[in-house]
Amino acid sequence: MNAIIIAFVQVVLFIFLAPVLIGVIRQVRATIEGRAGAGIWQPWRDVRKLLAKNPVRATDSSWMLRAGPVALVVSSLLLCVLLPLVGTIPFALVPSDLFVIVSVMLIGVVALALVGLDGGTAFGGMGSSRHMTVAALVEPTLLLSIYAFSIPAGTSTLSVIVETRLLSPEVIISPVSVLALVALSIAIMAETARLPIDNPGTHLEVTMLHEAMILEASGRDLAWLEVGSWLKLAALLGLVSNLAVPWGVLTDFSALGLLIGVVSITVKVLVLGVVLSVGEIFLAKVRLFQVPELLAGSFALAFLAVTASYLVA
Amino acid sequence: MSGIGAGLLLQLGLGALAVLTALTAAPSLRSRAVGTLCTLIAVTGFLTGLGAMLGATGGLRIFIVLPIDPLLLAPDRLGGLFMLIVSGVGVLVSLYSMSSTRGPDASRTAWVAMPMFLVGMQLVPAATDSVSFLLALEIMTLGSTVLLLADHAGRATVASAGIWYSAMSQLSFFFILAGFAVLAAASGGTSFTNLQAIEPVPANVAFVLLLLGFGGKAELVPLHVWVPRVLPEAPSHVSAAMSGAMVKIGVYGGLLVSVRLLPDGPAWWGIAIMVVGGASALYGILQASVSSDLKVLLAYSTTENMGLVFLALGASMLLRGYDAQAAADAALVAALLLAVSHAAFKSTLFLGAGAIIHATGERNLDRLGGLGARMPVTAAAFGIASLGAAAIPITSGFVAEWMLLQSLIHGGRLDGAVVSVAASVAMPLAVAVIALTAGLALLTFVKAYGIAFLARPRSAEAAEAHEVPPLMRLSLVLGALFVLALGLLPGPIAALVAHSVSANPSAAVQSVGLGGVSLPGIGAVLDPIMLVVLSVPVAIPVIVSIIVSARRYPHRTVALPWGGGGSRARPRMQYTATSYAEPLVRVFDDVLKPSRDVQVTHVAESRYLVERVRVEQRVSDVFETRLYRPVLTLFQRYGIVVRHIANGSIHRYLSYSFVALLIVLIVVSL
Repeated sequence: MNAIIIAFVQVVLFIFLAPVLIGVIRQVRATIEGRAGAGIWQPWRDVRKLLAKNPVRATDSSWMLRAGPVALVVSSLLLCVLLPLVGTIPFALVPSDLFVIVSVMLIGVVALALVGLDGGTAFGGMGSSRHMTVAALVEPTLLLSIYAFSIPAGTSTLSVIVETRLLSPEVIISPVSVLALVALSIAIMAETARLPIDNPGTHLEVTMLHEAMILEASGRDLAWLEVGSWLKLAALLGLVSNLAVPWGVLTDFSALGLLIGVVSITVKVLVLGVVLSVGEIFLAKVRLFQVPELLAGSFALAFLAVTASYLVA
Repeated sequence: MSGIGAGLLLQLGLGALAVLTALTAAPSLRSRAVGTLCTLIAVTGFLTGLGAMLGATGGLRIFIVLPIDPLLLAPDRLGGLFMLIVSGVGVLVSLYSMSSTRGPDASRTAWVAMPMFLVGMQLVPAATDSVSFLLALEIMTLGSTVLLLADHAGRATVASAGIWYSAMSQLSFFFILAGFAVLAAASGGTSFTNLQAIEPVPANVAFVLLLLGFGGKAELVPLHVWVPRVLPEAPSHVSAAMSGAMVKIGVYGGLLVSVRLLPDGPAWWGIAIMVVGGASALYGILQASVSSDLKVLLAYSTTENMGLVFLALGASMLLRGYDAQAAADAALVAALLLAVSHAAFKSTLFLGAGAIIHATGERNLDRLGGLGARMPVTAAAFGIASLGAAAIPITSGFVAEWMLLQSLIHGGRLDGAVVSVAASVAMPLAVAVIALTAGLALLTFVKAYGIAFLARPRSAEAAEAHEVPPLMRLSLVLGALFVLALGLLPGPIAALVAHSVSANPSAAVQSVGLGGVSLPGIGAVLDPIMLVVLSVPVAIPVIVSIIVSARRYPHRTVALPWGGGGSRARPRMQYTATSYAEPLVRVFDDVLKPSRDVQVTHVAESRYLVERVRVEQRVSDVFETRLYRPVLTLFQRYGIVVRHIANGSIHRYLSYSFVALLIVLIVVSL
């Protein structure tokens, strides 16, 4: 029962938080670059505008254009249900197992790639192809960093991992854990199409992955695709922030604890969003064919983290 | 006679009846009649296998005059499981073949071979001695070779595939025969109960020989070279049976050796199997991901899946050696689940590829597209099976891969202590290999499904495709349902499967919740149905809001909404399977060694204007070009030299036999 309440709170919170997070990221970037910016509520206004439009679809497009956005949003919402964001009380039969979480995320990845192909244009296929290549290459880093996190806790269940880090904070600053966190962060940057892997701000053929896939979508199709991607970014930033700074997360159920959990995760995600935005100012997108080198680097970090935690600890 | 014995006898009887019917039936009735009998054979095998897996004993003893142990067909639990897998695929394939076979695929020879193939395949796991094992194996190989060659007159590539297949399957047979011979010589008997418990040296020799033999059957690197030639050229229902069922015989052989015959091997056995399995998985999926031929793609992906099965098997052997019993059992159950789920999704995928060929005559993905709207049932079945192959929840592939990963990440430590340096390097490497394999499999099957079934048709044939006949649809739907059922109810299935390999199955896996699976020794739980239940309440508001806004803001359909910014976007301008994999070809350039040929034709008036660009890309199999070609060239040179010795002159041959006789006499007299 407590797990259901926490899951409900997490879903509702992140539905409101995700567009704000995107707004904050864009506004911080605009302010630093000396532009006025559209304000942090602009993503909300965009979604409202898109939902009230008649979508335009190609004659040859299939049900995938309708089902893909739903699949992406549902997979992102399931992330919000399963991840320990506000509290670490898991469902008994579906614990927040990291392998399951990655697979749930991959449902969204596949849905987006298929939507990209469904448009029947060169751009969509290009985005889809690049997106899947990056997703394939990022997978080893992702699973190995999970492996590294699972060793001190003795399980791959995320809520237990977060609680372990809460109880013994020295785990967080151990070199192994830092390596794993860096590797995981690079993997998440790649998964959520942020700099330096993808440039979310441009519509230029040579730079885009994510934007190319959703180019043919419009109206509510586009709105749900965007909301799904934002939710994914927010949930994964929440995961990273809870791994790095687990304090504030709810472990024993109480109304006050729930409030503290909600406030702390909101603050953590928004702060991480600001850090991300400031960090992106100093980054340029790397060439597509240098992305594998970046990912190989992060893979090496993750591998080092796993073997080191076996052989050193 | 016991039920199992009766079931085995019935399979043999039905097989004989099917062969007779194929020989005598009129061509118009042949496919229906023999197909029905083949379905019956497979159903009998399914029930027999189920009985044996649930623990029923009994068998069929065949007395022979040779002075060896009598031939005894009596499947144990493990044999029963594999009989179940093989005949389950057999049911799908037989139903499908009744309406899919046309022309040479429906000839009398092909239909005689079909029941032989099925019966041979179903009897291999029932054998309890090496002689009947090899006998059934050869019946199976013979049947499949004839089926492969059905269309040899129509296409030249079929004949070359036939030669590769015969050579490679006989090579595997030789290795298996030699392995059993070593074991038999060391133990003095041919029955599997006698073959156990021998000295380390013959055990090592036999292990290597049997691994090579069964590795060849299971399409492992470097013995996989027949796969990309044979599976695409065989009729699709035969490829489905070969990939879904026949390669499982290789897996069964691997389990037979590692679990039953030589259970307590040294650590390097486990590591060797892991290395071979891991290399096969990576190489197979890499080749599959860059292939544009749908059936070649599926063939290479079979190598990948079998590689994962052997990786799990090797990990379980290694972990058992370090007494990490819980993780070892979980890895072994994961290997079995991988095999079961592969049988379900790969046979469905091959049957789906057959349906595409039936409808369009094309298996080149670059010329397909838009089939989702034209063949909805095929598209749905192929899509679900693709999700299974890509290990996406809630399909069978996901659960199996999850269990393997869980066993690996918990295998490196026992009660908080590191079990060994070897394990703490092997486990992360294995996880990395599985992860990269899973990622590339995702790309491969997004490509296969997305290019074939979505977007606009890339050729006239694809544009005029129609849905396939009802029986073919039925077997596709059945296959897809199997994929989903195995993924939604992993608990009961895993618990049942664990009985066949573990002495204490309830310590290894248990069924929890609504069909969920729990690994008590490791402390991991997964309940796919609960995952679905959780996703329903978040999905409903989204779907309701979409329905409501669809009422208020209906969509408009136009020929090409944005056209990627242009106004003349033709179907030819879409991404194809080749271009989809292009980034990957670049990334893995060193492994794949693609050869690319670009021809630019300029307009006559100006060199700055291009009239036509022709791009050709070939990715060859490095094992074939680097390993097999040199050996084959050597053989060919030898053949040319030997031709001078045997030039057809009768006098020369007479003098050879005279000299030979002399030598024999001299040797005898010494």
